[in-house]
Amino acid sequence: MDFAFTDEQDALRQGVRTVLDTECSVDALRAFELADEDGRAELARNRWAVLAELGAPALVVPEAANGLGLGDVDLVGVLEEAGRACLPEPLLETAALAAPTLAALLPDRAAAAALAALVEDDVSFAVGGVDVTVDGVVSPTAVSADGTLRTPRVVGARDAAIALLACRDADSGWQLHAVPADSCTVYPTPALSSSRDLSTVHWPLDSETLLAYGVAAEAAVSLLADRAAAGSAALLVGLADRMLAMTATYAKERHQFGKAIGSFQAVKHQLANARVALEFARPATYRAAWSLATAQPTLSHDASMAKAMASDAADLAARVGLQVHGAIGYTWECDLHFFLKRTWALSRAWGDAATHRRLVLAQVRRGAKGTRTAMSDSRQ
Amino acid sequence: MDLTFSAEQEAFRAEARAWLAAHVPADPLPSLDTAAGFEAHRAWERTMFEDRWSVVSWPTEYGGRDLGIFEWLVFEEEYYRARAPKRVSQNGIFLLAPTMLEYGTEAQKARYLPPMASGEEIWCQGWSEPDAGSDLAGIRSRAARNAGGDGWVLNGQKTWASRGAFAEWCFGIFRTDPEAERHRGLTYFLVAMDSPGVTVRPIPQIDGETGFAEIFFDNVEVPEDQVLGEVGAGWSVAMATAGSERGLSLRSPARYTEAADRLLQLFHQRGGPAASADAVAQAHMDAEAYQLHTYWTASRVARGHAVGVEASCNKIFWSETDVAIHGAALDLLGPDAELLEAGAPGEWLDGYLFSLAGPIYAGTNEIQRNVVAERLLGLPRG
Repeated sequence: MDFAFTDEQDALRQGVRTVLDTECSVDALRAFELADEDGRAELARNRWAVLAELGAPALVVPEAANGLGLGDVDLVGVLEEAGRACLPEPLLETAALAAPTLAALLPDRAAAAALAALVEDDVSFAVGGVDVTVDGVVSPTAVSADGTLRTPRVVGARDAAIALLACRDADSGWQLHAVPADSCTVYPTPALSSSRDLSTVHWPLDSETLLAYGVAAEAAVSLLADRAAAGSAALLVGLADRMLAMTATYAKERHQFGKAIGSFQAVKHQLANARVALEFARPATYRAAWSLATAQPTLSHDASMAKAMASDAADLAARVGLQVHGAIGYTWECDLHFFLKRTWALSRAWGDAATHRRLVLAQVRRGAKGTRTAMSDSRQ
Repeated sequence: MDLTFSAEQEAFRAEARAWLAAHVPADPLPSLDTAAGFEAHRAWERTMFEDRWSVVSWPTEYGGRDLGIFEWLVFEEEYYRARAPKRVSQNGIFLLAPTMLEYGTEAQKARYLPPMASGEEIWCQGWSEPDAGSDLAGIRSRAARNAGGDGWVLNGQKTWASRGAFAEWCFGIFRTDPEAERHRGLTYFLVAMDSPGVTVRPIPQIDGETGFAEIFFDNVEVPEDQVLGEVGAGWSVAMATAGSERGLSLRSPARYTEAADRLLQLFHQRGGPAASADAVAQAHMDAEAYQLHTYWTASRVARGHAVGVEASCNKIFWSETDVAIHGAALDLLGPDAELLEAGAPGEWLDGYLFSLAGPIYAGTNEIQRNVVAERLLGLPRG
């Protein structure tokens, strides 16, 4: 038993934090939101190049595919820092979802080509077509009359070289595709967090892009959902940490009745509640990363528990953060809103706290804390 | 990072499980807050001590096995899993002992620890006073030099002393320098409850049993060698105990994971509305999160770091988790919840009443929230 990070893991996380302090400062977030489409794309490209220099996007790509060959425990701290910085680029989708999913499908030709592009050309990936519900994993991908597939809420599609997209139909079951950008038509979707890159993607069903189908695709999609729950928990832990730090700083600076408002117990206790929630969401999140890295039979349980606790902790930090900031927190000038909006989006993406609580309960009631199943044909 | 126990630790777990299976009384002991129950629990401590199970993490010379923090956690997991009796010696072995091992003289350790480990001497805690609860530094009970200058004379009143009605010894803090600033001038004393001038008035608790007591000190003579730590350093010595109490040693996570498992079984048997399903799931997650957090902290300790200030979150979390687990069980029991029957539901009701004390003792959760806000978030003192 040694529930701790190594010095190297701590150093990697610190390196990412140092870089993001500059590259993804609140001034940078502000400039990013105000930029036109060309300017936005350039800012995103530049920041991604810096992250690629650190090796972050290809962290878990195996050495055999020329990656760093690190694991989910190395990655979790990096994701937490990305959350802390409110990073707009799809690091979760690229590094924690697409890369390990593709790596598990090697030596598949399409997977190998996609990973080569990640390692050599520093591209990013988009991910979509998978939703987590209390009944299991489902696909929101729909088929139009002309046979084109439409996947809503794809993350990272505007700048991605390849989109990892899933679809499912009652006859043939799940399919997982690696679709090149030039085959995708991307319709950016306005969303609350404007720095979050969401789109509806139209794409053709093409055997050339097929990575897996049937049982293999179902297993890949189920694991991807666990990865998404665990990874988004890490982002939310980082967001909660940042909002608490910002709010504590503000509560020390802002004076009313001749005192810092942070000296009032009504303020202190709200912040303490949020701090306690974060304190206990954190080890649950780190455990989920370890369970991923070591393929524990309890992985689905552990990932759901992490997502439920991290969603609740971040939602509470957001709620308390806004309340303690008061009216200034309700303005666009105040930095807080970037983190609030990202939290409100992520706490519900990949299954909200209530959904994951039910999934946890289903798993412990089965007694096995077993692996989550993608919705199978018999269940629809 | 490794979240598995070693083969040696698993072997130790098997050994503990086998011993507990063979020795835990088949029928629950009478309540330890009655005279007969107190003695029955003392006898159980003796049984454990004889096979070196009462204080596994202590040095062997005092009756322990010199095991590490993870072995202690494994033992606790097995102890709760076996539904073994409550620890009547807990104030001594979990609160005083860690402080004594740090601040005590060799002679004190040799004198007090072995009979504490065997249950021969049960300790109660004399901290709170009628006017010093959350504001612990406001204590007024005082200790003055005796006429001969070789000891102390104690006067004053302590209250809410758990096990105080039956205990042989009391550890408490007394004011030795009335001129000094509140947090200074306090000294930590060890007092025999049969000393002339000690009067105990048991206080019936919410369940009608005498779980705690008031203790009156009327010119109680205490020799010099019953001072723990430096004269005047009582506050910092006491805070070391508070650290154990709020941090790692008082409430092991096994207590909550075991209760959450039983809650799950109850839900499985009886079913309940959607809100109960959420509460059962949350209880399971919170108990497990506390366990993980303890492993996290213990890993730091095993690497030679101190328990961090993050531990100030613990007491809030375990005490409120405990209330939530037992409250959820009563909700599932519905109209049966008020029944004082043996086994469930009476057991859940007992547990609920016990849990409700948690957010109050060992520093109220309001004080704990101030501590979290001030020490972890850096907010100014009020």
